[in-house]
Amino acid sequence: MSEWWTYTLSDFLLFSPHTYYRLFELYNAAIWPGQMLAMALGLAVVVLLGARRPWRGRAVSAILAACWLWVAWGFLFTRYATINWTAVYMAAAFAVEALLLVLVGVVGDRLGGRRQEHWTGRAGLGFVLFALLIQPLVGPLAGRAWSQVELFGVAPDPTVVATLGVLLTVERARWELLAIPLAWCAVSGATLWTMEAPDAWIMPAAAALALVLNRAPRSRCANRMPGSGTWE
Amino acid sequence: MQDFSTLSRRTLIGCMTAAGAAAVLRPAIGLSRPGTAIGKRIPSSGEALPAVGLGSWITFNVGDDGEARASCAEVMRNFFEAGGRLIDSSPMYGSSQAVIGYGLARLDRPPGLFSADKVWISSGSRGPDQIERSRRLWDVPRFDLLQVHNLLSWEEHLETLFAMKAAGRLRYVGITTSEGRRHREVEQIMRSRPLDFVQVTYNVLDREVEERILPLARERGIAVIANRPFREGPLIRRVKKHPLPAWAAEIDCANWAQLLLKFIVSHPAVTCAIPATTSVAHVRENMGAAYGRLPDEAIRRRTVAHVEGL
Repeated sequence: MSEWWTYTLSDFLLFSPHTYYRLFELYNAAIWPGQMLAMALGLAVVVLLGARRPWRGRAVSAILAACWLWVAWGFLFTRYATINWTAVYMAAAFAVEALLLVLVGVVGDRLGGRRQEHWTGRAGLGFVLFALLIQPLVGPLAGRAWSQVELFGVAPDPTVVATLGVLLTVERARWELLAIPLAWCAVSGATLWTMEAPDAWIMPAAAALALVLNRAPRSRCANRMPGSGTWE
Repeated sequence: MQDFSTLSRRTLIGCMTAAGAAAVLRPAIGLSRPGTAIGKRIPSSGEALPAVGLGSWITFNVGDDGEARASCAEVMRNFFEAGGRLIDSSPMYGSSQAVIGYGLARLDRPPGLFSADKVWISSGSRGPDQIERSRRLWDVPRFDLLQVHNLLSWEEHLETLFAMKAAGRLRYVGITTSEGRRHREVEQIMRSRPLDFVQVTYNVLDREVEERILPLARERGIAVIANRPFREGPLIRRVKKHPLPAWAAEIDCANWAQLLLKFIVSHPAVTCAIPATTSVAHVRENMGAAYGRLPDEAIRRRTVAHVEGL
């Protein structure tokens, strides 16, 4: 692209805010009551994060992987790509994240470390609860219709925030798992900012906070669970 | 070169329904003076085009949303009913081409359509496939105008387009740019290739093309399509906060959209402006600019000064 410095973010916005949010409305209507299943899976993640089961890391990873894969296919590829041709690449990235979650979390069992005792771990749990319970309210509070609500497991933003939260509950999240969620936070923030959405700051803020928390000093956890992967 | 005209009899007969409806619509679209649409001639052929067309950037990219598609079709219906002809799109515009195809089918393929699309792919050899996909999405026998979008791989694509024109599979060939980018290269192509059209950004605030591109277009006999007439919306939103100046009535403008569009199409080199909208009310307002008197140089200067002062 020549004269790249003359381009602004708005030059890459292919659709109107109305069309973007209407996409969620139609999507929600089409997949109902799939949202109930997604919310149940989200609550299962919260319960599992507090459980002392040796298989909990694998279970959480499997749930997140399923959600990422669904968002890749059900939303990004089949819906979002109808108004944004770059969504095909986003869908591929989400599918890669799902694969990484399976490889690292399910096969490698490296997402089972207990860190809730440490404040960063509790912050991670806060991310998950925010994604499940608070983030869906942001759109309606900003004046958008309830029918356009974005929920964990079916919409990208809360799925990404919940994943960041889970990664914060393990000892030092792995960069290969963080890269795509952080990139999505930038993409989503830029999209919403270009659309002048009042909640555009949420995803970049979540990414920044996750980065800071992930680098925060922590003490060696005393009650490492079996199969909990690498520890410092 | 005198490029102002009313539309030819043949064209108007072709758009008989549209013309009839336009007469009915005239009060609704804010026309203060009856008459035929302002036609501006394509220099390379002499064919007249209504001075206001319809863009599709962002506005027609509504995906599979049935309600929004129907709304876009209504915009198109009102556009044609008000005498419009040229619709412009691009493979870059998401689902816009498919939505235009949907609208054309719903309107039983308006005979006056002047289909303008683009080729936008870095590979020259894949240009013909992309053009064919675009044609299928519009569901037209052939495009009237194909343009190389933002000069992407322009040498290879122009070769393809000129070959299509020579074979009778395309009527006009053009290039596009926007927001003042690559004007030096645009000039070079305008001088070296037998272009029929060039598409550039031109509006009351973005007037860089007045210096070289527009005079060169007149000199070389190249039609000009003006994109981003309202700067994608911010310009008209800004001026609408202020009352329309009383002197706008002197050139038959009933609203800001018409004043801004008449400024553009009154430039002797400009053939057509292509505002995009999702609103039936707005397309009616826009099409009002294709009727009545055009500003002379004094009113054009006054328009610039007034808008810059807001």
